[in-house]
Amino acid sequence: MNIIDMTIHEMHAALKGRQISSVEAVTSMLQRIESVEPKVGSFITVTSEQALSAAKSADDDIARGVCGQLTGIPLAIKDIFLTEGTRTTCGSRILENFVPPYSASSWEKLHQSGAVLLGKLNQDEFAMGSSNESSAYGTTRNPWDTSCIPGGSSGGSAAAVAAREATATLGTDTGGSIRQPASHCGCVGLKPTYGRVSRYGVIAYASSLDQVGPLTRDVTDSAIMLEAIAGYDPKDSTSVDTPVPDYRSALTHGVKGLRIGLPKEYFISGLDPDVQKAMESAIDTYRRLGAEFVDISLPHTDYAVATYYLIATAEASSNLARYDGVRFGHRAEADGLLDMYTKSRSDGFGTEVKRRIMLGTYALSSGYYDAYYVKAQKVRTLIMNDFIKAFEDVDVMLTPVAPTPAFKIGEKINDPLQMYLSDIFTIPVNLAGTCAMSLPAGFSASGLPIGLQLIGKPFGEETILKAGYSFEQATEWHNRKATI
Amino acid sequence: MKMTIADVENVARLARLELSPEDKELFAVQMAAILGYVEKLNELNTEGIVPTSHAVPMENAFRKDEVQPSIGLGRALANAPRKTGTFFAVPKVIE
Repeated sequence: MNIIDMTIHEMHAALKGRQISSVEAVTSMLQRIESVEPKVGSFITVTSEQALSAAKSADDDIARGVCGQLTGIPLAIKDIFLTEGTRTTCGSRILENFVPPYSASSWEKLHQSGAVLLGKLNQDEFAMGSSNESSAYGTTRNPWDTSCIPGGSSGGSAAAVAAREATATLGTDTGGSIRQPASHCGCVGLKPTYGRVSRYGVIAYASSLDQVGPLTRDVTDSAIMLEAIAGYDPKDSTSVDTPVPDYRSALTHGVKGLRIGLPKEYFISGLDPDVQKAMESAIDTYRRLGAEFVDISLPHTDYAVATYYLIATAEASSNLARYDGVRFGHRAEADGLLDMYTKSRSDGFGTEVKRRIMLGTYALSSGYYDAYYVKAQKVRTLIMNDFIKAFEDVDVMLTPVAPTPAFKIGEKINDPLQMYLSDIFTIPVNLAGTCAMSLPAGFSASGLPIGLQLIGKPFGEETILKAGYSFEQATEWHNRKATI
Repeated sequence: MKMTIADVENVARLARLELSPEDKELFAVQMAAILGYVEKLNELNTEGIVPTSHAVPMENAFRKDEVQPSIGLGRALANAPRKTGTFFAVPKVIE
């Protein structure tokens, strides 16, 4: 089997059985990166030398009999995760030369598990976008069709898995930023429950919504990655102190009798016919496997995008106030302090980031705070209550991830509202704070991947992983490879 | 929903942003469209609804008051655009 095509669990078996070494695995990935990067553009920074030296030390560990699930496995992570000593840009010019003094807890955990870092992945600037077109380092292209967007904001994380430039990757999801690109690139993307994974060292976009999760080739790898990064972190007071289950052992329990809800608001008339077809076929598959379907309603779905774009931009405008040119990041030459703040920010931020800071500032400004921000927080309560009520009757929900397959580069760039509406099925999950995953469920007539979303109860990752695994075992979609 | 250039300039000043004349025009139109869209929230009666600031119900998160090593001056100053000795240097605030 070709090294670049391997899953984490396949590569782990090959490393443990000494059929391959980590140096061989990392070398293959680096060669692959070199050959496809001109076409895909998944990476902002490739850390070849450190990767090879980390691989050598992983091989030493394996020779000594130390071989965990992630020992010697070549991974790449979104450039939103701080990496001590390695430049971290968050897709922005304002952090072009920023070398963090410490690492994100989630990456630190993978590193401690023996994983090898291949590099830092492209993304929408400060994770604000659904297409990777807002990156200051060029647009990542979809490996299935390079005239299409890979999705966003973790577009590089999804494209790198699909183009086989990394065995698995890490992304972040604030309104769909793991699930939507995973859907568009045909990989498995998991957004854990808010608080399941530490956000320490993840550059903040909207702190009450941001969550870290893996993008992988299959559901088993998703379980392996989640288990490695999940858990309470004293450095993130919003991480939740509940035990981390053995996610892998839950995978094979089957879906017989599982109650799956179909929220009627997600099966709207505007749904792309290919997406509709993929959902119907997925429902058939689950029926054959013994799951039961229940029609449910999440009545406030239609208000989620509006709620999100007030709450997320308000939090962003506050979080991004730290980029003032004083302690780190770009500083513009200026006469006075205020002038320096303004010039540094205006040089360093791109248009989409400025637009969202403006919206958030407006929503928080005196006279508008109650009408916009507090109103949105109240509607957020209604949206959360929809989920709580619906989950009284079902174990998981099944929905599309996005209303259409990947769109063309440039198609929505001049209409931010249309771009925002492409996240209509993923945003409610972040507002409710619960978990969801995207998994390959078909292809459009033009050969673009289509993802299926499974939404779980808070801390119900075991159930969606189990349901995802059963679907994967019954279908072949995840085995198709982008020919790039 | 109407957004004038003066409105845009006022918000930009609050956000410490300086926008080009083209961006001001563009943002006036786009922000008006987006704010017009979010006004649909007013269709909902939210009287008596408690606002959610955080999805996971949580009390104050206390930790033990123990001294931990911090990252140290060298690393803290490593990314400073300008520094003087052990300080971040900024343009003069008071003449």
